[in-house]
Amino acid sequence: MSELVPEPRPKPAVPMKPIGINPNLLGYIGIDTIIEQMRKKTMKTGFDFNIMVVGQSGLGKSTLVNTLFKSQVSRKASSWNREEKIPKTVEIKAIGHVIEEGGVKMKLTVIDTPGFGDQINNENCWEPIEKYINEQYEKFLKEEVNIARKKRIPDTRVHCCLYFISPTGHSLRPLDLEFMKHLSKVVNIIPVIAKADTMTLEEKSEFKQRVRKELEVNGIEFYPQKEFDEDLEDKTENDKIRQESMPFAVVGSDKEYQVNGKRVLGRKTPWGIIEVENLNHCEFALLRDFVIRTHLQDLKEVTHNIHYETYRAKRLNDNGGLPPGEGLLGTVLPPVPATPCPTAE
Amino acid sequence: MGRGTQESRTSCSRSWFSPLLWASWSISAPIVPAPLFAALNFLPHQRKWGEPSGAATAIGAMDKEYVGFAALPNQLHRKSVKKGFDFTLMVAGESGLGKSTLINSLFLTNLYEDRQIPEASARLTQTLTIERRGVEIEEGGIKVKLTVVDTPGFGDSVDCSDCWLPVVRFIEEQFEQYLRDESGLNRKNIQDSRVHCCLYFISPFGRGLRPLDVAFLRAVHEKVNIIPVIGKADALMPKETQALKQKIREQLKEEEINIYQFPECDSDEDEDFKRQDAEMKESIPFAVVGSCEVVRDGGPRPVRGRHYSWGTVEVENPHHCDFLNLRRMLVQTHLQDLKEVTHDLLYEGYRARCLQSLARPGARDRASRSKLSRQSATEIPLPMLPLADTEKLIREKDEELRRMQEMLEKMQAQMQLSQAQGEQSDAL
Repeated sequence: MSELVPEPRPKPAVPMKPIGINPNLLGYIGIDTIIEQMRKKTMKTGFDFNIMVVGQSGLGKSTLVNTLFKSQVSRKASSWNREEKIPKTVEIKAIGHVIEEGGVKMKLTVIDTPGFGDQINNENCWEPIEKYINEQYEKFLKEEVNIARKKRIPDTRVHCCLYFISPTGHSLRPLDLEFMKHLSKVVNIIPVIAKADTMTLEEKSEFKQRVRKELEVNGIEFYPQKEFDEDLEDKTENDKIRQESMPFAVVGSDKEYQVNGKRVLGRKTPWGIIEVENLNHCEFALLRDFVIRTHLQDLKEVTHNIHYETYRAKRLNDNGGLPPGEGLLGTVLPPVPATPCPTAE
Repeated sequence: MGRGTQESRTSCSRSWFSPLLWASWSISAPIVPAPLFAALNFLPHQRKWGEPSGAATAIGAMDKEYVGFAALPNQLHRKSVKKGFDFTLMVAGESGLGKSTLINSLFLTNLYEDRQIPEASARLTQTLTIERRGVEIEEGGIKVKLTVVDTPGFGDSVDCSDCWLPVVRFIEEQFEQYLRDESGLNRKNIQDSRVHCCLYFISPFGRGLRPLDVAFLRAVHEKVNIIPVIGKADALMPKETQALKQKIREQLKEEEINIYQFPECDSDEDEDFKRQDAEMKESIPFAVVGSCEVVRDGGPRPVRGRHYSWGTVEVENPHHCDFLNLRRMLVQTHLQDLKEVTHDLLYEGYRARCLQSLARPGARDRASRSKLSRQSATEIPLPMLPLADTEKLIREKDEELRRMQEMLEKMQAQMQLSQAQGEQSDAL
């Protein structure tokens, strides 16, 4: 099975029996073939995934995204020759690419936020980001509420936000706390410790513990959120990730070096070569598996079922039960119930 | 009184002679190789200096034909050694860049044992504080009273506007204190608490100087010797380090920030020394890694360093980082020069500005009047620094005088203008 096909969450209710071996087909319906059908459909239509990267400049955000998706999806601003000014306010830059693997097409959009946290006064520098995320929800809502809806609404909502923590070794910075407090309710945040090759093993585990504790004390729920675990299996798996691995301490690189006869992505220093995919060196492989190989579909689902619904309920409540006005061509709509959705709190 | 002045002047580093010899790092003696010992005795002004027997014979030989003041350096040396030295070093930069570790590594002490690192939520509303930690280090019979000034809270909060003002005020307060002491009556034991050097830590994760770095450096570059340093340099590959250093040097030039200029070596030094000196100057800002842990990585001997799964960074390996360069330039060769530049350049600049502001039209009369009532025997008409609130009153009155003068000038100008216009209309 291709690596990028999201593993379907619900397990089949009936154990799979091979067709054709038992001529007596009593007791076997064949609904488990739906998985195969879904897979074929997904391969044909492809899917979209929007990932946002937030953090101070120079923390390796673009390099990491390029390493994650093994292609130049993010244009690095780190070329030393170019004259590069730090923008005065936070800008939002969205760049889309289509990546194909094993017959599956993914429309990947990387949303970059240059200028975050770089000024002397960083008050409210998360506001442009919050505004952007809500705008995408608004766009989707408008499409949904249209009379003549498109078959497949283009999904520009931010499914995942990688927040880059600077590896100071002490604790989170006040700006990190403020950002995550404001945005953890609106989008899935995955905190990541950037440039983790500056910390030894002990420093890394101490720092991670301190960060986890601080996030807990401040009531910040990063993805995977505890309240959205669906069943026990999810809970145990996610608990393990939440309490031991996160935040992932990563190193990114787009250069290859020869190590033991193999070409590996890494960083070459006078005291050794840091291999990006080596679990003893950094946790990049864990992050990649987490975001792409196991939880990609879940990220999209949580965004759609929870964050988007929260936004939608708030909007409808504000409008007194009526959906937003544009695009309705002046006709009277059937009233939408004013009670909020049960998931919205 | 005259002799007393001269003695205090010596301790304030007016002498041309730098008698500072860090003979050996007493704690890490097994680690320091023997040849380094000789290099440590190696100072520009006094390379041939050092054997007591030599000096004795020199004096003996000088008896017959010379006056004998070639032994003056020896005397100065002995006097200064008895007095001891004091040196104040300030470290500034964002938290988490390895400042405390580097200080501990440089001076082989444990200054930060009892430090509590506050959590992020506590730091949300924290303002910058200034902390002083002192330690007495003795080596080879020479005592140094080292004071490290720390600035926790710098660059931490979400809004860092003006967070450098407490630092500027602190530096100026030390100058003011020294000015007061110098102008006072009893000048025998002036404590020099002026900041001699500021190590400014730049983050290796950024792409050069950040706006906050530029703002801080701009605010203090005329008041203290700045040595820029890249902290946690083991985050960078060699090419990245070079590019970052280049970028920082360009930015410093662009923003016209004056960092401490290491003095040129004399033309009579040998080629080897000149080459070393040039190399060291090339590597500014120094990319350093600090560590007080000793690692045994299977090499010939244990080294101080940081152990990773992919290798060990050796702090004292010149191929790994510039720690040795920094230590050599800061401690072994330029400690005295830093003190001199602080006194001769920065302090004098402050003093001139301060006295000039007091010597405005109104204040000059008062100064001359007060001179008659004082009993000091110095020739320079130093005005007695008045108490803080009378000073403020005087300044306010001066402001008023100045404002009235300006208004007078404006009215005069207006009158002239209306006169000129009147003439024009007449002509028409």
